[in-house]
Amino acid sequence: MIELKSVTFGYPHASPLFEDFSLTISRGEMWAVLGPSGCGKTTLLYLLAGLRQPGSGQLSIAGEILTRPRPRSGLILQDYGLLPWSTVQANVELGLRVRDFYGEDGKHTPVDFQPGNNVAYWLERLGIAEVADKFPSQISGGQRQRAAIARTLALEPDLLLMDEPFSSLDAITRGDLQNLTLNLCREQKLTLVMVTHAIEEAVGLGKKVLLLGRAPNQAARIFENPDVGQSGFRGSPASHELCDLLWREMHDETA
Amino acid sequence: MMKRRDVFLAALVLLSVWQIVAMLVNLPILPDPYKVFSVFVRELQNGLPNHFVFSLWRVSAGMTLSVLAAVPVGLAIGGSKAWNRIFSPLIYLLYPIPKVVFVPVVILFLGIGDMAKIAIMFLILFFQIAVLVRDQAAGLPPQLIQSLHSLGAGRRALFRFVYLPASLPAILTALRQSIGTAVAVLYITELSATKYGLGYYIYYNGSTLLDYPAMYAGVVAMSLLGLGLYFSVDWLEQKWCKWKFVT
Repeated sequence: MIELKSVTFGYPHASPLFEDFSLTISRGEMWAVLGPSGCGKTTLLYLLAGLRQPGSGQLSIAGEILTRPRPRSGLILQDYGLLPWSTVQANVELGLRVRDFYGEDGKHTPVDFQPGNNVAYWLERLGIAEVADKFPSQISGGQRQRAAIARTLALEPDLLLMDEPFSSLDAITRGDLQNLTLNLCREQKLTLVMVTHAIEEAVGLGKKVLLLGRAPNQAARIFENPDVGQSGFRGSPASHELCDLLWREMHDETA
Repeated sequence: MMKRRDVFLAALVLLSVWQIVAMLVNLPILPDPYKVFSVFVRELQNGLPNHFVFSLWRVSAGMTLSVLAAVPVGLAIGGSKAWNRIFSPLIYLLYPIPKVVFVPVVILFLGIGDMAKIAIMFLILFFQIAVLVRDQAAGLPPQLIQSLHSLGAGRRALFRFVYLPASLPAILTALRQSIGTAVAVLYITELSATKYGLGYYIYYNGSTLLDYPAMYAGVVAMSLLGLGLYFSVDWLEQKWCKWKFVT
């Protein structure tokens, strides 16, 4: 599904964040990207979203080299994702309206996209139908993030990219939304790449955890987490063990 | 956003102060509010509405043209780093020049009709609106833009769905800020080369006929014109920017 081949990327006047970096993510996998601040987590996500281009190397998704945002990828950010001047309903409809604005051109809209209004379904499914007429400033952080997820899912993506989506939420809401994300990814057969700085979140959501370290990142350090999503996994000895291991690795990296 | 009740109370206070000062001064040049009000009512049948309509047309035309020209310019410059680099220094140099000094030049080029008067208002308002809209567009959180990009939005869709609605409050703020200037400029442009308009009416009654109550009736009409424009912008803001007023 996603293939990075010898990718090098750095911002102007700064040392590269990725150098000769390769990574393969298969269809339907759920990945968490973990690492300390400034290691390039969000940059990796922006590369996958087509919002940044590698300096050298190649990044392809579903067999196509990525040169711009791909209509079948959905990006969910921690904040600012919703338009403050639009109601929840209008925000969830936004992606569809953008597609309608361009028509089926294959560039902004997938050529095989069937225009249909599934907004009501997603509002209902994510439990935000009763706040559909409210503005983002009138609803809770959890509801805002649900609206952002609904907006992305209304576009029927095959790849979900999330940048620390739950970090500003309280523990209960965060847990609820993590479970919801797991269920939705399984149900919709989505590939998930989620960036987080929280070890527990990475272990609670990622079937594979990619650990980034001090730049430049060269070899991908991947930790398998096969039991994620199974009942009783959260809080189990296996999850604690992986959390400890990741904590030690991150600690060594930043020490 | 001003509450109408507060405006009404403020008007009462101002009228009281006016009444007291008029009584203290006791000169024909400062008639009391009641005298002005009765002349105002009389003048309503005596051509004042006609002057009002001329002024309203000029100020509305100047403001509308400024918005139509300045909003796309502000959005384009604010939404593009390259354009911002090229055009912002130009605006930086032109903005502080007091455009009112160009009145004779504009009259020379456009003649003495309405066109020159509207053009002067346009010159002044254009920069105020363009600068505010540019700053608003340039100050949008990059995450919002990225998130729209990721939904497939290209440049055109970004302008339609983000830059324009995000700049609406700034456009209305710019308009509100410009109303005072616009009405002041209107007065200056109507002092000469016309026989219609509140500026002419005030000047003619005050300086030629020395009919001070009528002059003040014109001042009241001009204040009502400004107030009407203020309320219109408030109304537009309530209609178009509902999200700003929710709790």
